[in-house]
Amino acid sequence: MAVVLPKRIYEGSRIPQPVPTILEIDPEKHDLDDILRVNFGPNHPSTHGVLRLIVDLDGETVAGIRAVIGYLHTGFEKNMEAKTWWKSVTYAPRIDYVAFQANELLYVLAVEELLGVEVPRRAVWARMALTELNRIQSHLVWLGTSALELGAISLFWYCFDDRDAILDLFEMAGGTRMHTRYFQVGGLAEDLPPGFTDEARAFCDAMPKSVDEYEAILDRNAIWLERTKGVGLLSAEDALALAQSGPMLRASGVNWDLRKAMPYLAYDEVEFDVPVYENGDVYDRYKVHMDEMRQSVRIVRQCLDRLDEMDGEPWIVDDRKIVLPPRHELHTSMETLIHHFKLVTEGFTVPEGDVYVVIESPRGEAGCYLVSDGGPRPWRVKFRAPSFAALQATATVVQECLIADLIAIAGSLDPVMGDADR
Amino acid sequence: MNAYAGVPGVIETRERSGHTTLAVDPTRLVEACLFLRDEAGFNFLSDIAATDYLGWGEKGVAGHIGTAAGRNINAPGSQGYARVPDPKPKRFSVTYQLLRVSDDPARLTVEVWLDDGEPVASLVPVWPAADWFEREAWDLMGIRFEGHPNLVRILMTDDWDGHPLRKDYPLGGEPVRFSDED
Repeated sequence: MAVVLPKRIYEGSRIPQPVPTILEIDPEKHDLDDILRVNFGPNHPSTHGVLRLIVDLDGETVAGIRAVIGYLHTGFEKNMEAKTWWKSVTYAPRIDYVAFQANELLYVLAVEELLGVEVPRRAVWARMALTELNRIQSHLVWLGTSALELGAISLFWYCFDDRDAILDLFEMAGGTRMHTRYFQVGGLAEDLPPGFTDEARAFCDAMPKSVDEYEAILDRNAIWLERTKGVGLLSAEDALALAQSGPMLRASGVNWDLRKAMPYLAYDEVEFDVPVYENGDVYDRYKVHMDEMRQSVRIVRQCLDRLDEMDGEPWIVDDRKIVLPPRHELHTSMETLIHHFKLVTEGFTVPEGDVYVVIESPRGEAGCYLVSDGGPRPWRVKFRAPSFAALQATATVVQECLIADLIAIAGSLDPVMGDADR
Repeated sequence: MNAYAGVPGVIETRERSGHTTLAVDPTRLVEACLFLRDEAGFNFLSDIAATDYLGWGEKGVAGHIGTAAGRNINAPGSQGYARVPDPKPKRFSVTYQLLRVSDDPARLTVEVWLDDGEPVASLVPVWPAADWFEREAWDLMGIRFEGHPNLVRILMTDDWDGHPLRKDYPLGGEPVRFSDED
């Protein structure tokens, strides 16, 4: 299958000139005297967090737009430079607080790449299972809130009910429902608890039925179809030029998923399909999200089977220089006590170098650029936030749309403002 | 390594576990990127990261407890390095992470080295996605991108002083209102 599908969504490029992220009013199409500038957000319930849009309206038509971000900037990257490597793991999931497990995985993978650590296979498969569960959870939040914004309030409750079931699984594994800090440099913080795979399997049995039900609610709803089909167009060429990723890219007819194209963890050992749609509108983005939930359930099932086979195997690498020693040894072994003390006070050191690690998060290409000077703290941490990139497309996708569709389109970009602002 | 033999302006090529980094002459960056986009097929700009290397390697080598260059026994975690890291050519690096979205996927890092205040050409004409990435690098690190159509702050407020991710900008350095600290 070709990477870019042949269908043309529109001819040429719609990326505004000279600034790709600002849509200026075209004086030939609009009478400048009729323009009303409206400030949208940052505290507006339907803008997905603190996104601010400055919209120029001609009647109900959007004639100009610019997105303003930064209202949730908290300086994660600066803070992480001041923490030791293993303390800064705590920050990563809080950046994209909806795809928390994916971000935790990303940071841990980047540190492991610099360390050159080989992670035990039980940890690899457990990471895959939890990251895919997180993908379903993230898509459910997206679906629930996007439908809510278009008036389908009941779907919001259904989605959050299923989301709760996933958070229960996270609580079972890591002790907390979000921001688990369950992935550790070298493996997992603890082994998966007994009975986890059974609980997760029960969820996997229930979830595809739920997805079918959600689709039944929306796909037979004339309002939903009317408001999503043919709205917010983005061509494959423009999507690539604007560095769009994840569902945005796959809805525009680009068959690109890092799990298939450049596999990490053990994604080359599981069977799953990459959903690709070719109309590049809000409806296709919704379809990609729905199909991905089904595919993620498929992946989770395969992971659970493998995890059952690997029951009792080590879940973290046996390297006392980077991994806390088992608690019970602290009472009997002096050397263990020293290792424990050194890890907790100074942390471990990471060889000098820089690395860029990328994973397919629920929102697409999530990257982490790390620089180490050989000391116990990161010299530089930089996250490539898929939401940040997605919002760059705002000016391209809203052209000549109606103000009411603006909500549907902004929601379909799936921005998480913590991720965009960091 | 040979795959990138024709790229203009390359100063140095580094390999690390299969990943290539090209250090490029900042004055020829656009030329190199146009070549990589049009000839080598890198159609996707994944990220731009600026890094400040002020104070890089100044902690010295660890060894003697209590020495100025090494460790302060009253501050755990203040130990020096096992070895002094290699010196960097200039204060700032800007790394461009490129990706080839095709049947033959590949990643490549292009980096340029800059002194404080030294400008580098904007890549917005090459990849429109560079717009916000460059604004972020300007905002947080103070890298000037020449030819950028809208180089204003993006994450900090418009009237912010300084560039917070620089190493000489203290953590928690912003004034706190009503704290009697002024």
